[in-house]
Amino acid sequence: MAHLVNYIYLVSAALFILSLKWMNSPVTARRGVFAGEIGMLMAITGTLLAHEVFNWQWILAAFLIGTAAGIPIAYLMPMTAVPQRTAMSHACGALAAALVGTAEFYREPNQPKYVLVALIIETLLGFLTFTGSLMAMGKLQEILPQRPITYRNQNLTNLGLFAVAAALGVRLILVPTDTWIFPIFAGLSLLFGVLLIIPIGGADMPTVIALLNSYAGLSACAMGFVLDNRMLVIAGALDGSSGLILSIIMCKAMNRSFTNVLFGAFGQIQMKHGAAEQRPVHSASAEEAAAILEASSSVIIVPGYGLAVAQAQHKIRELSDALMRRGIDVKFGIHPVAGRMPGHMNVLLAEADVPYDRLWGMEEINAEFPQCDVALVIGANDVTNPAARNDKSSPIYGMPILDVDKAQTVMVIKRSMRPGFAGIDNDLYYLDKTLMLFGDAKAFVTDILKELPMAVAAAR
Amino acid sequence: MLSSLEIALYVFMLATFLGLEVIRKVSPLLHTPLMSLTNAISAISVVGAILITSAQGATPLSKVLGFIAITAAVTNIVSGYLITDRMLKMFKKPEDKR
Repeated sequence: MAHLVNYIYLVSAALFILSLKWMNSPVTARRGVFAGEIGMLMAITGTLLAHEVFNWQWILAAFLIGTAAGIPIAYLMPMTAVPQRTAMSHACGALAAALVGTAEFYREPNQPKYVLVALIIETLLGFLTFTGSLMAMGKLQEILPQRPITYRNQNLTNLGLFAVAAALGVRLILVPTDTWIFPIFAGLSLLFGVLLIIPIGGADMPTVIALLNSYAGLSACAMGFVLDNRMLVIAGALDGSSGLILSIIMCKAMNRSFTNVLFGAFGQIQMKHGAAEQRPVHSASAEEAAAILEASSSVIIVPGYGLAVAQAQHKIRELSDALMRRGIDVKFGIHPVAGRMPGHMNVLLAEADVPYDRLWGMEEINAEFPQCDVALVIGANDVTNPAARNDKSSPIYGMPILDVDKAQTVMVIKRSMRPGFAGIDNDLYYLDKTLMLFGDAKAFVTDILKELPMAVAAAR
Repeated sequence: MLSSLEIALYVFMLATFLGLEVIRKVSPLLHTPLMSLTNAISAISVVGAILITSAQGATPLSKVLGFIAITAAVTNIVSGYLITDRMLKMFKKPEDKR
């Protein structure tokens, strides 16, 4: 049986790889989830059968509590809160890895050096990801301020703290019998996690979540080295590389580097731009907007997180359906950082029953704007700012944007002229072809919907 | 013969490159469900937690830490797979609409 379990683990690892492979298309993705579930079930059953299980009451109780907590989280969590849930599960995963490392260290400190190295990496990453993810969750849930929390010599303090934690880790590897050092090491790792995340602003959360995902995976991977279990190494490495790719994609989408995200405290620098001069804008009513949409033949809707804040997803789907019934081509152009985590906006629109062939990524949709009659921007700001393309002095210069300004007519639904996350004025709003539709996104789209039939009547 | 560490390093290297290739092909459409799926998969650390808790002569410390670790990992497994499936169900095929 002890041998058989290794083959079970082998199959589990293969299923995990297939599971991720099937995620490449919405058609096969649910099969991927199923493969992952089977892989997990096999791994757990195999582990329980292969070893003589003592303390089964403890294990059973933990399984029951975990299941009882997991089911309501999965079914009751609103889709807008998925980023918070994800941050929370990074925290749980990292905590599990860190505690297993801690228990293993106290069980037998005198292990081969490489095991100790892996164990220290596992616990360091595990503890810092645990508190870091809790901080990220607090920011996403808006329990903690979205604005970066900064103080003087912050980076120096953080790096110093990390250096001390790492030095204690090295000391533990060299003299593992000094177990009294371990709690200090763990405490500093926990503290470092907090300090690492508090200076990071709300706009950078997609990158941070992806990065924490990577850390949590690597921590599980290090556990595989400690316990000499290849399947853990594989599953952890898959998670680690997934988080890494997603954070690279997010960084590119914002034209930022890792160091800039982690140490830059974005959102502070641009304060000086606050007092921009008042420039004239064109504004329009729901009635006028409905008439323009009615007369167009292709429309691209550009949603941002403001859409979700206003809970306007369902209304915008109704509007796109109404336009499509009139033979107008409607597409959604989605910037990679449109939501609070990678791919978030796609999920929010899918929840509102927008079919996924209507959801276009930034690169494909940018080829479409020049031929498009109307670009309708709802709750998106910085990702449509042409200054990113042509104003070298702009803080967002170089960031890839949606080329909304190349459409024939641009309509922007916005509460007021207040600037977005980056605190920068958006030149798009002052173009001659741009119409500002001032109001709440949901209310305004509802008004446009009401006006649409009348626009038809007027056209006849 | 390779040592246990060397084998593990080879496995790690190959799994990382494989992961990078496989994930690169995932559509941006599904990045959110992808993250909750990888999260559930990395909760495989539950295996380590079970080993720690179920070992003969586990100290009270091991049992308590293992218990918390299993609870946290199982929460991730259950909520991770279920919420991924819940999200994926929302992605309607284009022909379903007509």
